[in-house]
Amino acid sequence: MNISWTWFHRLASPPYFYRLAGRLAPWFGWLALVCIVAGLYGGLWYAPPDYQQGDGFRIIYIHVPSAYLSMMGYTVLAVSAGIGLVWRMKMAHAVAAAVAPLGASFTFLALVTGSLWGKPMWGAYWAWDARLTSELILLFQYFGFIALSRAFEDPRSGEKAAAVLALVGIVDVPIIHYSVVWWNSLHQGSTVFVGAGSDIATSMLAPLLTMIAGFTAFFAACLLKRIQLELLERESDAAWVRQLLEDA
Amino acid sequence: MKSLHEFLTMGGYAAYVWPAYAVAAVVLLVNAVLPGLRLKRRLVELKERGSRGERS
Amino acid sequence: MNALRALLHRDLTLAYRRWGELMTPILFFILVTALFPLGLSPRPELLREIAPGVVWAAALLAGLLGQESLFRSDYEDGCLEQLALAPLPLELQALARTFTHWLGAGLPLVILSPLLGLLLQYPAAAMPELAFGLLVGTLTLSLHGAIGAALTVSLKQNGMLLLVLVLPLAVPVLIFGAQSAAQAARGEDPSGALYLLGAMLVLGLVLAPFAIAGALRISLES
Repeated sequence: MNISWTWFHRLASPPYFYRLAGRLAPWFGWLALVCIVAGLYGGLWYAPPDYQQGDGFRIIYIHVPSAYLSMMGYTVLAVSAGIGLVWRMKMAHAVAAAVAPLGASFTFLALVTGSLWGKPMWGAYWAWDARLTSELILLFQYFGFIALSRAFEDPRSGEKAAAVLALVGIVDVPIIHYSVVWWNSLHQGSTVFVGAGSDIATSMLAPLLTMIAGFTAFFAACLLKRIQLELLERESDAAWVRQLLEDA
Repeated sequence: MKSLHEFLTMGGYAAYVWPAYAVAAVVLLVNAVLPGLRLKRRLVELKERGSRGERS
Repeated sequence: MNALRALLHRDLTLAYRRWGELMTPILFFILVTALFPLGLSPRPELLREIAPGVVWAAALLAGLLGQESLFRSDYEDGCLEQLALAPLPLELQALARTFTHWLGAGLPLVILSPLLGLLLQYPAAAMPELAFGLLVGTLTLSLHGAIGAALTVSLKQNGMLLLVLVLPLAVPVLIFGAQSAAQAARGEDPSGALYLLGAMLVLGLVLAPFAIAGALRISLES
């Protein structure tokens, strides 16, 4: 217990996190590259065409990882913003600010790939069903967070106000996740995790899991770099930054 | 396995699958490159400001 | 409790004196609803179909219209700071302020809704369900709007920002509210949707005061 608390406190220190992020990011980057390349091979070439959807189903290899990350991203956003608000940790606010544009990108990607998948399969680029609507709302929540944090003259107030907003909006994530369970949604149900119900072939599932892993590693790498940037911006006067510049 | 033709036409769904992958490639590329560039630029800026003896 | 009553009395008196301002959301509600038959077509079947959605969307927008300045005048003249320091919990004050706002902006919409439903060929038999749904819904929307107002009180010109911030919260209310009205109009049982509206109201009543008070404190710091 003692060890983990010390580690946690060290993590909250900007210079320590900055250096750690700098060391970890390349590893995640390479992991992402390997997984994504493997996933692309498996998904675009190795996996056989679907019985019903033909080769059109291959969008799943982009769509599912993006949608998953859009929700995971918002969870990270809300949790770190909440930690920043409650425990007044500036490190946490930096994480939240870094996650927001990243999460928004993947939400956008999920919506676009979903739309391109929906047209051949359902006949429409868009439908106002529960899952699609709540995912679109998620995109607005990301935008709202970014806009609010920048609207204040004092950035410290801005990040706190945005943190309140992020916490208020966390209800959307479970709504998105369970929307296909609670409502008769046009969107199909869970592909991967429903125990007895999921009957996706292994040759199709393996590349999907690889892509999810690859995208997540990519997300982590980008997030670490963005956090570094945030820390530099916020602490440009600090001694550790001056030390860093001298060392460089 | 599969012919190159099948791969490129995606069994008729090419108009949907390839744009989807293209958008994904753009999003991933932008997110991969942008923070790194901005970070380098910021480091350079801060260094210059430091050597000039200014405070931000 | 005395302090709370004094606060409510003050807000109601101010609202009464500024009743011209209060008319804006009400007029907006009436005008927007009336524009649809004029702009689309007066065909009864069409109007009956869109009535639930139009009434609810108009109520949402009308409610938000008055909400932007909910705390602004108190913020600008320094009253808000004093109120935040008062012994009465800010959360309770937020609830009181939201309630008085609703009395002026939400309740009139509820009362007017049967009339507007009439304009849109909404079946008279379903009017009670329409009004009840709006009663629950507008209360919830007032709470959401208050959160947005508290977050943006210290910012200048930001009408659209408030809407963007509140929209994610308001959309489910709109969806289920309109759904309950549509079900009632068709003769189906709207209680499922109404229960969900009620649940959202309860959730809002419990959580929103903390969000509003927290946001006010942050805005006062800036």
